[in-house]
Amino acid sequence: MPVTLNPNASAASIMETPMVEIERLSLWYGAKQALKDVGMSVPKHRVTAYIGPSGCGKSTLLRCLNRMNDLVDGVRIEGAIRIGGTDISDPALDVTELRKRVGMVFQKSNPFPKSILENVAYGPRILGVRNRTDLDGIVERSLRAAALWEEVSDRLHESALGLSGGQQQRLCIARAIAVEPDVLLMDEPCSALDPIATAKIEELMLELKNSYTIVIVTHNMQQAARVSDYTGFMLLGELVEFGVTRQLFTNPRDRRTEDYITGRFG
Amino acid sequence: MRKLWRSGEPFIWLTGGALATALIMVGGLLAIIVVNAGGFFWPSEVVRLSLKDGKVLTGPIVEREPIPGRADVWRLKVKVANRDLYGADFVWVDESAIARRERPADAAVIERTEWGLLIGTITALKEGGAVVASGPAAWGEIARRLPAAASLRDEIRTIEKRDIGGINHEQEKIRLRLRGLEARGVTGGAEIDGLRAQLAGLQERYKAQEARLAELRGKQTATMVVLADGGKEKELPLAQVVDVSFPNTMSVPAKLGAYAADVWHFVSEDPRESNTEGGVFPAIFGTIMMVMLMSVIVTPLGVLAAFYLREYARQGTFVSVVRIAVNNLAGVPSIVFGVFGVGFFIYAVGGTIDRLFFSEALPTPTYGTGGILWASLTLALLTIPVVIVATEEGLAAIPRGMREASLALGATKLETTLKVVLPAVMPSILTGLILAMARAAGEVAPLMITGVVKLAPALPVDGFWPFVHFDRKFMHLGFHIYDVGFQSPNVDAARPMVFATTLLLLAIVVLLNLFAIATRNRLRRKYATSAV
Repeated sequence: MPVTLNPNASAASIMETPMVEIERLSLWYGAKQALKDVGMSVPKHRVTAYIGPSGCGKSTLLRCLNRMNDLVDGVRIEGAIRIGGTDISDPALDVTELRKRVGMVFQKSNPFPKSILENVAYGPRILGVRNRTDLDGIVERSLRAAALWEEVSDRLHESALGLSGGQQQRLCIARAIAVEPDVLLMDEPCSALDPIATAKIEELMLELKNSYTIVIVTHNMQQAARVSDYTGFMLLGELVEFGVTRQLFTNPRDRRTEDYITGRFG
Repeated sequence: MRKLWRSGEPFIWLTGGALATALIMVGGLLAIIVVNAGGFFWPSEVVRLSLKDGKVLTGPIVEREPIPGRADVWRLKVKVANRDLYGADFVWVDESAIARRERPADAAVIERTEWGLLIGTITALKEGGAVVASGPAAWGEIARRLPAAASLRDEIRTIEKRDIGGINHEQEKIRLRLRGLEARGVTGGAEIDGLRAQLAGLQERYKAQEARLAELRGKQTATMVVLADGGKEKELPLAQVVDVSFPNTMSVPAKLGAYAADVWHFVSEDPRESNTEGGVFPAIFGTIMMVMLMSVIVTPLGVLAAFYLREYARQGTFVSVVRIAVNNLAGVPSIVFGVFGVGFFIYAVGGTIDRLFFSEALPTPTYGTGGILWASLTLALLTIPVVIVATEEGLAAIPRGMREASLALGATKLETTLKVVLPAVMPSILTGLILAMARAAGEVAPLMITGVVKLAPALPVDGFWPFVHFDRKFMHLGFHIYDVGFQSPNVDAARPMVFATTLLLLAIVVLLNLFAIATRNRLRRKYATSAV
């Protein structure tokens, strides 16, 4: 589905429904500040990409959205994040409820050492789905949505670890969307995959954005250009520039963005 | 030289040599055990040696060695058996003193319930003092009567063990209830009268069984007359005969049959003659039950402790100290654990249990003395470091991404631990359990003071309520080896049995391990995970 946006519009003026709103977000690992005063909003049913050199804080920003940073000792966060209107930085918030709404796919494919079926059914089971027929339905729907059903439908009960790298990553996507989250976070999902598997996942993302809001972190600028509608460029914990992808790549407003996308550093 | 070293060749030889040395030592140990144990059950030939001074010795030759200090002069060790007639089972003979060697076809080797083997010639069968058959005909008649004599013996044993044992068991229970009532100051009333009546009833039943026993014993009148060396005659009641064989006339298949039967008796029967004869079944049973009980205790405890250390505790100095302490616990001499078991489990815990629940039996201890439960607990304590270390290593090998994947799906930490981490770490837990079982099965020192005995009157599992008796003392193969080999009144006769018992213990350890390894491999295939 091609997105029709005014290429000259600035990020702030785009008429989209915001799904995730980030305001003045700062984050410290101990004494080291990893995010500096980041503010942006992620539109609903679009693919938003974060690019930037290693260590710029893009993964950290992504992991703020489902509060995975809670697992790290000594993290301190300031600012506000709202997802669908709910403030998720509230300490009283049940993070498991949040994570059911915000799914995540990791850099390294991490299927459970269980069967393919059990991998996909894991999330729904956690949500309390017990009925066998319901589970089978969810599994099939999720695997179809992840474009994996044709390849694995005859070996659902075999170990997921027997799949190829690309299949494992699509299985992880299927597992993430089995709980029907609002937002799907992808942390460099193709960095360990070959070009063909990467192409499949990119195709899949374009398909999935009809139903989910996708936020992807990537090292690969071509990938961001290919799949995303909006792109944010981050550098040293700052969100340097955020805007419509085509505009950011063809006509960056910030000097540093231009340097990065033209390969002058990074 | 330098070039040679750099080529790597010498290092390969060095590593190979180290492995070969280790294998040779282990292989040699195994070979000694297998050869000595394997020969124990073989019916060896009986030789009759006529000495120059006119003495005659009959029996299998068990050893031949040079006489110390004299060149080319050898002596033989003959197992003449007949301990009741000669006083010693073995006799050394100088080869130079032997005038003649024969292999008499009629030499009988008789296994009996008392006094060890009897070797000699069967001359007659008597019934109540009167000769029924004599000469060559005697054996035919005896062979015909032996099965009946054996089943009569079994019947008597059953009455003694099961029927009278059951009555004793009930009497003891009633006696304890009476004592309990007395302790509470009840001296009369319907309850006490009822119990006394029950006791009297039991006494009647006991008398009936006694009468039956006396009647059965009265039937055991047949005896066989055996002529041993030196013209000594022995009149042996058929009731005491376990087995009669004529090794010199046996064919190889017959010997193989006897061999198999002997092996079966060894593993399935109770010991006799202060463990130097008979089988080792109670020790096998005790060993396996103790190891199982230990596994059931140590696995959950060790796994839970490892989970706390690795998954929940904040990694820091304190956890590091705990970890080092746990690892070092594995190096504490096992007897120290035994002493702790006696002091803590038996006296403190067992003593308290006795005061609270078995006070009517005091001063006779119930749990306040060594028993299979306390021995298993002590060994669980001994092996817990192994399980903790193996589980912790397994937990550390599980990729962080696997946990994160579960958490990112909205699973709680508990759900993640139970549904993702625990299945993935299962093979490591089993590895730890395998090591723990191997250690526990071979341990003797702590058991000697926490519940193992030379001869247990009953198995820890039997037909009397509550069927499993955790307070009972038990027998153990490792202790059996020590007891038979070093505490036996007849060390020479018992020595082959030590080897046989050792072989059996090794076989059991291997079997338990194979079972655990098979389970682990099945789990690994199921989860196909790289984490070991």
